Amino acid sequence: MARITLDHLAHAYKPDPRTADDYALKEINHVWSQGGAYALLGPSGCGKTTLLNIISGLVRPTRGRVLFDDLDVTDLATESRNIAQVFQFPVVYDTMTVRENLAFPLKNRHVPREKTAQRVEEIARLLDLTRVLGRKASNLTADMKQKISLGRGLVRPDVAAILFDEPLTVIDPHLKWQLRSTLKEIHRALDITMIYVTHDQTEALTFADKVVVMHDGAVVQTGTPDELFERPAHTFVGHFIGSPGMNILPCRIEGATAFIGNEAIPLLRSYRTLSAGEKLELGIRPEFARLQPKGSGLPVHVRRIDDIGRARIARVEMAGRPLAASVPDGISIEGSEAALALDPRHVHIYANGHLVAGEALGGNKA
Amino acid sequence: MTKTVYNGAWFFVLPVFAIVAFSAVLPLMTVVNYSVQDTFGNNQFFWNGIGWFQELLDPSTELGGRFFEALWRSLLFSAIILMIEVPLGIAVALAMPREGWTVALCLVLMALPLLIPWNVVGTIWQVFARSDIGLLGWTVNHLGIDYNYTNDSIDAWVTLIVMDVWHWTSLVALLCYAGLKSIPDAYYQAARIDGASRWAVFRTIQLPKMRRVLLIAVLLRFMDSFMIYTEPFVITGGGPGNATTFLSIDLVKLALGQFDLGKAAAMSLVYNLIILAICWVFYTVMTNVDAERERVEA
Repeated sequence: MARITLDHLAHAYKPDPRTADDYALKEINHVWSQGGAYALLGPSGCGKTTLLNIISGLVRPTRGRVLFDDLDVTDLATESRNIAQVFQFPVVYDTMTVRENLAFPLKNRHVPREKTAQRVEEIARLLDLTRVLGRKASNLTADMKQKISLGRGLVRPDVAAILFDEPLTVIDPHLKWQLRSTLKEIHRALDITMIYVTHDQTEALTFADKVVVMHDGAVVQTGTPDELFERPAHTFVGHFIGSPGMNILPCRIEGATAFIGNEAIPLLRSYRTLSAGEKLELGIRPEFARLQPKGSGLPVHVRRIDDIGRARIARVEMAGRPLAASVPDGISIEGSEAALALDPRHVHIYANGHLVAGEALGGNKA
Repeated sequence: MTKTVYNGAWFFVLPVFAIVAFSAVLPLMTVVNYSVQDTFGNNQFFWNGIGWFQELLDPSTELGGRFFEALWRSLLFSAIILMIEVPLGIAVALAMPREGWTVALCLVLMALPLLIPWNVVGTIWQVFARSDIGLLGWTVNHLGIDYNYTNDSIDAWVTLIVMDVWHWTSLVALLCYAGLKSIPDAYYQAARIDGASRWAVFRTIQLPKMRRVLLIAVLLRFMDSFMIYTEPFVITGGGPGNATTFLSIDLVKLALGQFDLGKAAAMSLVYNLIILAICWVFYTVMTNVDAERERVEA
C-alpha cells in the first residue's frame, strides 16, 4: 500500500539532453494517492509508457525521484518494488498451466507452498479463472491471458499498485466492456492503486476517478472526467476529449468581449491582464453551442448535419472558420443560413494554448 | 461455385512427375535394383533376393560386422556433437548482443565458418592439427600433452569433434538467436516484475520460445553429422585403423573401393532408412512434448 510521488521527474532516451525537445518526458510533479483509479490518457508517443516504465522501475529516469510513501525507490530494481504491470500484449508463460502462471511470482519470492496455493485459489476466484486453473495458459483466448497477467500481479499480497499499459488493445470489442468492469470490481474489492494507460478517451473516462492527460511528453491536465470536459486546461485537452472535440477559434479580446472576425461574443469574465502578442483562442464545446434559426445569435452557414446516434451535430462555418454545434431536438433549419447560441458559462479563453482564468465582472477592479 | 472437371489438367502436372521420376525415383530404383542382385563383372547380374540385406543385418557375418561397427561410430559421433553443439549454440546465442553495431559484426563472424566448403575445412584442420607443423598440434604437444591424430584413435576423434564444433556451432547459435530475437520485450519486463531469476527466465521464456528453431537445429545437425564424409576423409581417411570409419566412409569403401555394388546398395538403403527413422523419432518426440503435457494435466 503506497502513495506514489513523482518528484521533478524527467526522462530522455538520448544521453546528454540539452533542450526540452530532447526529453521524451518533460518535468513532471505528481502524486498518485493510495487506492485511486487513475487513467493516463494521451495520443501515441506522448510519453505515457515511459512514465509507466519509470514507476515500475523498468526505466531509470534521467532526473528526479520516484517515492513510494516516503521511500525513495528511484534506484530500486523492478522486482523489489511492490508494483505489478499488465502489458499491451498478454504475457503468459507458455509451458505452464494457469495455476503455475499465477503461482510464479510467489514461487520466485519463496512463499511457502500452502500459502501460495491458497492465494492462487483466491485470485482465481476473483478473476473467474477457477475453471481453467489446470489448463495450459498458451491455449487460452487473449482476454483470459490478460486476466492471467493481471492475476500474477494481484496474487502478490504486498502489491501496492498495478500499472496497465493499454491492456485492452488485443481484446475483442465485446469482451472489452466485460474485462473493464472486472477491473473496476477488483479496484473496489481490493485497496490497490491502479494506473491505466490508454489513448482511448472512452476507456479512460469510464475507468478512472482521475484522468491525467499527457501531450508531447508533458502533463497538460489532471482532473476528474467532468473537469476535463467542462474546463479543459489546455486546447489539446479540449480537442482530444469529447467527440467531436472542442471548437477552438482564434479571437481578439476587448475587456469582457471576444471578437471572432467581426462577431462580438460577450464573456462572463474580463481578460484585461492578457499581454499583447499572445495567441488568443476561444474554446466552446459543440454541446454548449446550439444551433437555432437565423435572426438571433451569431450568424452561421450550415454545411451539413450529422446524426451520430445520441445527438445531431451540425457542421457550420462562422466568419470563415469551421466548427461543430449541437442541434437541439425539434429544431429544423431551413436553407443553409442559421445562428448559434453559445452558453457563456462554457466559453473559455486560451492564451498560447493554456486556459486563462480571467477576472470576475463587477469586481472592485472593473 | 461449381468446379468443372477437366481431365486434361493432368497434362500440366506431367512435367513434375517426369522431373521427379528422372531425378529421384529412377536413381533410387537403380540402387534398389543393385541391392537384390550380385555381379561378377562383365555386366552380368544374378538374382540374389534379400540375401545382401540378411547378411548386412546379421552382425556375425563379415559385412554385418563392419556395418554395425560403422553404425555405432556414426551414432556416437552424432550424439557427441549434438550434446556439445546444442548447449554451446544456445549459450553463444544468449551471450550475443541484442542491439547496436556489434550485432552485425557478431552475425558476420558467426556466419564465416558456415561459408567454408567441407573439403577446405577438412584441409585446414588436417594441417592445423598436425603435430609436426600444425599450429594447434605443435602447441598442444609443446604444452606436454601427447597428441597425434594419425596414430591415436582418441586423438583422431577429438580432432574431428572439435572441428565439427568449430564448423557448425554457429548454425545452432544463429538459429537460436533468431528464436530469441522473436521474444517481445514485454516478456522480459513481466519476468522482472514477477521476480524471476535469470535461470527461471531461461527455463520459462527463452527455452520454450526457442523450441521450434531448436528442433530444426537438432534435425539439421543430426542429419549432417550422421552423413559426415568429406572432413574425416580428408583428415583421417577413416583411420587410424578403422577408428573414424563412419557409415558414409565405409559405404564409399565398399561401393567404389571394393566395387561390391550389391552390398553397397543394400547398405545405402538401410542407411537411408535409419536417417529417416531417427529424424521421424526426433520430430515426433519434440512436437509431442507439449501435447502430452496437456493430456497429462487435463
